[in-house]
Amino acid sequence: MERTSPAQPTAAEFDRRNLDWYIDKLVQILVFIGGISAIVFIIGIFAFVTIEGAGFLLDDFSFKEFFLSPFWEPSDEDAPEYGILALVAGTASVTGLAMIVAIPFSLGAAIFIGEFATGRTRESLKVLVELLAAIPSVVWGFIGLTIMNPLIIDLFDVPVGLNVLNAGVILGLMAAPIMTSIAEDALKAVPDRYREAAEALGATQWEVIFKTVLPAAKNGLLGAVLLGVGRGFGETMAVLMATGHSVNIPDSLFDPVRALTATIAAELGETAVGSDHYQVLFTIGIFLFLVTFVINLTADLIVRGIRDQ
Amino acid sequence: MFEETELIARNKRIQGLYRTLLMMVTILLVLPVLVILATLVYKGGSIISMEFLFTDPVDGMTAGGIFPALFGTVWLVTLALLISVPLGVAAAIYLSEYAANNWFTRLINLAIINLAGVPSIVHALFGVGAFVIFFKFGTSILAASMTLAIMTLPVVIVATKESLQSVPYAFREACWNMGATRWQTVRRIVLPNAVSGILTGVILEVSRTTGETAPIMFTGAAFFLPFLPESIFDQTMALSLHLFVVATQVPGVPDALPYGVALVLISMVLLMNSLSIAFRIYLRNQKKW
Repeated sequence: MERTSPAQPTAAEFDRRNLDWYIDKLVQILVFIGGISAIVFIIGIFAFVTIEGAGFLLDDFSFKEFFLSPFWEPSDEDAPEYGILALVAGTASVTGLAMIVAIPFSLGAAIFIGEFATGRTRESLKVLVELLAAIPSVVWGFIGLTIMNPLIIDLFDVPVGLNVLNAGVILGLMAAPIMTSIAEDALKAVPDRYREAAEALGATQWEVIFKTVLPAAKNGLLGAVLLGVGRGFGETMAVLMATGHSVNIPDSLFDPVRALTATIAAELGETAVGSDHYQVLFTIGIFLFLVTFVINLTADLIVRGIRDQ
Repeated sequence: MFEETELIARNKRIQGLYRTLLMMVTILLVLPVLVILATLVYKGGSIISMEFLFTDPVDGMTAGGIFPALFGTVWLVTLALLISVPLGVAAAIYLSEYAANNWFTRLINLAIINLAGVPSIVHALFGVGAFVIFFKFGTSILAASMTLAIMTLPVVIVATKESLQSVPYAFREACWNMGATRWQTVRRIVLPNAVSGILTGVILEVSRTTGETAPIMFTGAAFFLPFLPESIFDQTMALSLHLFVVATQVPGVPDALPYGVALVLISMVLLMNSLSIAFRIYLRNQKKW
């Protein structure tokens, strides 16, 4: 007996591409453009900053002078010198002190909020930390200028209070909230069965925290510290206002310094577009971009590492 | 029951000690918020008045109000939002609803993280190189707003993505099974359920954008302009830069003035932030799934 196969739909009938299908495709393209915008902007930032600094990089750039000379004398008419060593020292000293301030505070706060505090206390502390993170950097700089400055003069009997100590403390307070919340995430990511196992062995709460939770969360905590370093390294207005802004390799906490970021902020307005000085400032920008890029990338890889485990 | 042994008592003491120590550290950390706010209110509160908010600065910015700066900040933030919210929401929709889990998506996520980490002054350099010079916008509100928009884009993307992903996957599946396309699902099911979460992100972005100073210094904000901007190609004053200027650049400013400017700025920022936080807590309590 002959079998009749059911009628196959023709190609045209099979085609479901109605208006909605086309709209869907169109939207897919539009949101894709949004999606790649972040990549475009990152490349764009690097490209445009490099283009503006290219003249100096190609002509006069000497690795030795740029990185190893402590003399930043861009307005010397006969022989301007563009050495960023002192500026790097300024940024490093302030960021270093900021981390010394921020690490114990943010870690302590993260442990307290994550492991000890409960209910309403926990919520209010988290909100306060978030509000601390929201204070704009120019306001922090103003605090350094008006509150910290006289305080340091009084407490330590020094002539000027705008120095490494001032900016370091300010920067530490600025970096601490973000470090606290990332560190708290890292503690939260430690599975509860680790805690239960330790408790079953008779560990007390602090033994659980210090001998089980912290070691298990150490990658996330390292990521938090790295992000804090990145924050401090790139901070501009607060360090511009609180460091004292004088080119100097610091010997003590009470020496004024100048940061890389603050130099750009203070001098870009005075330079002619395309001049050597202008191009050097953009070259510093490339350096800042690359350093923060590496820091953020490393932090991300470390934090992602624990998430994938 | 059990007698409290020496060991248990000791453990309890140490436990209490750690708890107190950590609590003090935490309180010391959050204390500055209250101290700063109190100081600004104490020293700058007296100058705040309708007149301060709505008149121009006079006598070389040593007296008068802050109206042009306030007005300029509203302009800058509004324009920055108009640019970054559509772009950021589109990016988040792509990442949450369309993107496959592959190297390219990871690359986009990496770019977003790095965009958030680029120092603000480098964003300023980018704004100068790209918008002011290359696209020939000049130092203008447009150039400054675009710089701000790109800088705060990660805030919108991250917040939107989170709220889109908090919509249960079963909602989408149910919709697809009815024969809806991806976009119909997003438009009718996912977005309506996520819109309030997106709004918290947008408010957070307003707060961030309001306080930024470095990115607008060379792209469109002026130290002092005695008149209001008329188009997006004009320069403008801005509150954050105005605080920097009256605090460091102008001699003979009466003490209360910079405190007053700082108080207005921080009030706007913290108000927006608190609003965003309150909204988030409200939503969490409302959540039906």
